[in-house]
Parts: sequence; structure tokens; C-alpha cells
Amino acid sequence: MSNGNKEVLTGHQVVANAMRQVEPDVVAAYPITPQSEIVEYFSQYVADGKVDSEVITVESEHSAMSACVGSAAAGARTMTATASQGLALMMEIVYIAASMRTPIVMAVANRALSGPINIHCDHSDSMAARDSGVIQLYGEDAQEAYEFTLMAQRLAESEDVLLPVMVTLDGFTLTHTAQVAELLPDRAVSDFVGEYDARYPLLDVENPTTQGPFDMPDYYFEHKLQQVDAMDNVPDRFLQVQEEFNDLSGGSYDGLFETYKMDDADYAVIILGSTAGTAKVVVDELREEGKKVGLLKPWLFRPFPAEEIKDVLLDKEAVAVLDRSLSFGSSGPLYLEVSSALSGEDTKPRLYNYTYGLGGRDIKEDQIAEVFEDLENPDLEDKMRYIGARQ
Amino acid sequence: MASLETLAKREEKKRKFESGHSLCSGCGLPIAVRTILNSTDGPVVASNATGCLEVATSRFPTSAWNIPWIHNAFENAAATISGAESAYRSMKKKGKIDKDVNFLAFAGDGGTYDIGFQSLSGALERGHDFTYVTLDNGAYMNTGIQRSSATPKGASTTTAPAGEEKYGKQEKRKNLTEIVAAHEIPYVGQASISHLQDLADKAEKAIHRDGPAFLNVLSTCQLGWRIPPKDSVKVAQKGVDTCFWPLYEVDEGEHNITYEPKEKLPIKEWLEPQKRFAALFKTGNEEVIEEIQEDVDEDWEKLQAKAS
Repeated sequence: MSNGNKEVLTGHQVVANAMRQVEPDVVAAYPITPQSEIVEYFSQYVADGKVDSEVITVESEHSAMSACVGSAAAGARTMTATASQGLALMMEIVYIAASMRTPIVMAVANRALSGPINIHCDHSDSMAARDSGVIQLYGEDAQEAYEFTLMAQRLAESEDVLLPVMVTLDGFTLTHTAQVAELLPDRAVSDFVGEYDARYPLLDVENPTTQGPFDMPDYYFEHKLQQVDAMDNVPDRFLQVQEEFNDLSGGSYDGLFETYKMDDADYAVIILGSTAGTAKVVVDELREEGKKVGLLKPWLFRPFPAEEIKDVLLDKEAVAVLDRSLSFGSSGPLYLEVSSALSGEDTKPRLYNYTYGLGGRDIKEDQIAEVFEDLENPDLEDKMRYIGARQ
Repeated sequence: MASLETLAKREEKKRKFESGHSLCSGCGLPIAVRTILNSTDGPVVASNATGCLEVATSRFPTSAWNIPWIHNAFENAAATISGAESAYRSMKKKGKIDKDVNFLAFAGDGGTYDIGFQSLSGALERGHDFTYVTLDNGAYMNTGIQRSSATPKGASTTTAPAGEEKYGKQEKRKNLTEIVAAHEIPYVGQASISHLQDLADKAEKAIHRDGPAFLNVLSTCQLGWRIPPKDSVKVAQKGVDTCFWPLYEVDEGEHNITYEPKEKLPIKEWLEPQKRFAALFKTGNEEVIEEIQEDVDEDWEKLQAKAS
């Protein structure tokens, strides 16, 4: 179907194509409101015989993740896709999927959580899963969402990782807009992802395993620490997978986050997802005016590359962290991570937190330019600022 | 019907479900599970909802299960096994597996009638080839005997207790066997731990039938029912002989009563030995027992009409 050509596709189509090329044994999904078209496109590929997968059209997102756990534990390569309320509903089982070390790859089209019901983009859904034990990758555009979906497969199934991976892409901004995307040839992808060989599959009936047993206080703690170890192995594995992916695609992934004009920057913004694209335009414009500004865009949010990010930020004058979700009664989730990364350092940049884009509120270039302008003020008050909100 | 000798011989084979678990003495669950697992020689993969059976058989690092077994959460035994069964079909089609494997799900009444109902209904409708077993002891026994929609009218539980004003649960229980039968799946069976041959036959049919099958098994709980452990099977037998819990099946849509009590006993004989119904025997509650008798009579007549 694809021969490595550039095509104009929506984010949904791009992720569905990545799933088609991975050809999982099982996909289980449910169309909660808001629904992601990823599974619709994928189901059409199945109906047209373009991919050989079982699609379980379950009766809820809770059952979607439950069936994914059953499938992955059975030994099948397993994927799902969801958004917003769907992720919230499956949350109980997302934790279990991580604890059972099932390497499920899931796409999350980032959309606001109710209430009020909204359906448009923000990061409140995936941020609610940040402590669940899943690996989280944030894509800036459809191309990254595509490439992360392929890399996620390898990362999830790495022997010393075996964790679910969530690949997020901004709802509507990326999922519903058509962009030029370059898909790899089908064959190259199947070679890259290889065959999944589960270590202790339920379907190995001659060697029965008890999975998901009951832990008393004498074992629970140690089992959680095994998840900690697995998470700690992620950065190195991710870099290794990137390297192999670059060989295949000619790409240039070489880190846990992207830096844009950061080397000599005095002022920086940190942004996840599609808004980083807007920020790059602003950085370019301000650079033309001679301002030393830059952008840091985390790809990996869980585990959070604190040390590596700290190293990039320490010599900056001031940094603004732009969060697209709230943690009521506290600062934004991304800000908290960055702030924690810089804590204990004597010399560090002034750090500020902004919230933007909740419920799909647009953020424009001039608003990001204003953030950079704020940063130049050494007396800027340290308080949460809400970009573009009527107050 | 499987002879007692046959059932005994099955016990001599390698056990799929081992002793050494921590279920209570007098508990009906292991009786049901062993009889069901003994009913097939082929490989079986089982999911298990959170509950007594899961907690008492899988305490890490021990396990009573000699079959591949998965516990996921409370409400999703059906969805979980539907995932494993789909994995099996997918991988078999691709030639990654060559064996024939059967799939089972075990859950209590709370995990089925209440919180797991949607997951069960969805899996039945999707037509997965699996057998779902409800081990119905009529309340959330694992968490301390809270009322479920399977709790019989008149039973005292910790969340619908008998007190100065109330005798216990006011409402009639949900008829889940008929609700499942309304999904028009190939096989539905209602059985009891008091009638092992009947249970074994139903399990054999359910497991080997293509498509979804369902077993609703009356299972005693000495703590929740407040009965002496030694009377467990006897009390379950009373449930059957009073027609509170008729033994029957819905085989390809046909209702068959698989056990007709020689003499249908009055409902008092089921209620009286169980202290959870004690309040019904206080002066002033005679009417409630009559109402329960009427409900049982009416349901039995309806069932007989369906089976005729």
C-alpha cells in the first residue's frame, strides 16, 4: 500500500497506517465521545484485507483495555486507540496493564476531560495517566506520531522494559487536519518491528502461568519496584530504538526531547505536542530580531528526562513552561517536572508557568511572543498565567 | 449423566486446581471450580474476577492453578478472556499456535450481576468462544458480605442489614440466568454445588460448545449465609429442592429442567437453616416468607411453562 511516498493524510490516518504496517494480532477499541477515527480507518483496512488483525469491538473503553490486557497476556501483539473520556474510563486497567508488564501500544488523541464536556484538544487526558506506569511519548505533528507509533512497538517489547506505551497527538490540531506525511514502505516497517515473542504467554498451555496474582504487603512493594526498574531502562532503550529507526528512515532522532535553537538561547519555552510547531515559528521570528530565544520540546514525558533537561536549561536566563492541562491546587504537570529537575541547583534560570489551550482554545504566535517578552523582565512575578483566557 | 465413578476417576488425574488454597472450610467455590475444570481434558485458559476465589488461590508466590490463569480486575473477567480468546483466534489463523484451547471466566455474583454485567453482555454478544461461570453466593462475600443484586429477598447483609425497622434486603434478586439466555447464546446452564453430576454435564456441554456459554452455579458461603461449614452442601441442596434455585439449561434456546425435585419443599426449609434470614422468622414478618414463597412458585411455574 505504501512505498515510502509522501502523502497528504490526517493524523488519524497516519496512526492507522502505522498500525496497519505493524499488523498487531489484536486491536480492541471503543468509540466513546469523543471518538477517534483511528480505529475506523484500521477496521476498514481489516475489512479490505489490507491487514490481518482481530478487531474486538468492545462495549466500553474499560473493556477495550481489559481485552488488550487479556490479549497481550495471551502473547499477542496488541494495540488500541482512545481519547479523553475513553482514557479516563480505561484508567483503572491502564495501571493494571503496566503492572502486568503488557507491551500494549496505544494512541491517544489528546482531548479535554469533562466537565464541561468539550471534545477539543488539551492534555488533561494523558496527564491524568502520568502516574499509571505507562511510557508517554508526545508528538508535534503527524509525522512524529507515525514514527513514535512504530518506535513504541519496539520500545514496549524491549526485554528490560515490557511496559505499555502511549503515543499522544493533539486532538483536532493533528488528528483532523491533513498534513504531508512520509510513510515508510510496509516491508521496512515489518522488518523493523519484527515478530513479538512473549516471554510467558497464557497460550503456552504446557507451561501454565498465574498472572495478576494477589500481593500482600510482603511482595507488593518489590513488584512496584520492578516497574520502577523497567521505567528506568526506558531512556537508553528509546535512544537505541531511535538509532535503529534512523538507519531505516534516514531520520535524525537523537534524544529524549528536541531542542530548537537552544544552544545560545537566554530565554526558552518548554512545550509538549503541536504547539511546539507554533513556537518554532515564533523563535525564528524573534531570532531575526536578534533575540536569543529557543524551544525545548519533550518527546518523552514518562519517564521524564529530568537530568538531561536540566543540563540544557541550567545556563538559561529564564524559562517558561507552557502546560496544556491543570493540576488543580498546584502548578501544571510539565512545570512541576521541570521545576523538580532544577531544584537543588544554586544557579538556575528563573522559571515560570503558563497554562494555555484548555478545551481547544487556540494559541497564536503573538501570544507565545508575549511569553518571551515576559521572560526578559527580571522582576516578573512568579505566578500562574493563563494565556488567552478571559479573567 | 456422568456417573459418580466417572467424577471420582477425573479426580485421579493431574489436578487443574490444587488444594492448599485459603478458601474457607465449607466454601462452595472450590467444589464448583474443580468439577468444572475436570469436565474437559483439553487445555484451558481462565480469567478470574477479583473476589474470594482470586484472593484465596493466587496469593503471591503461591498459586492453586495448574492452568494458565489471569486476574485483571473486578468487573472485567469477560472482557479479559475475550481478549485472550481473540489473541488465540488471531494467532491460530496466522499459524503461530496449533493447539485447540478452551477459554473460561470465573466471577462471583457481584462481579457478574452488578459491576461485570456490561463486560459479560458485550462479550456474549460478540460471540467469543468461551464459558463464563458465575459462582453465585448471593453477596459480596470477599469484602464483607455486602448486598448485591443477586442477594435474595430477606437476606441480611452488611449494607442491607436486618434492624429494628427492616428485615434485610427488600427486593427480589435479579434473574441473571434468564437475562443471559435472552442473549440467545448457544448454551446456558443453571447448576448447584449440591448436584455435581448435573454440574459436570453442564460444564462439559458449555466448554465444548462453539460460541459463548454461561453457567450460573449456586455456591455456598458459610460466613455470609451463617451456616455451619459441614452443612454447606445440604443447604445448597435445599435451595434446589425448594425450587429457589432450579437446575435447568437453555440449550440452543430450548429450556430443559434437568432435575425435578421429588417433592418441592416449602421455602422455609431453605431459609431457616441460614441465619442471614433469621429476621424473617421474627413475629410480624410471616408475610415476607409468604411473599418469597409466592415469588418462588411463580418463577417455577414460568420455568416449567418454558420447558414444556
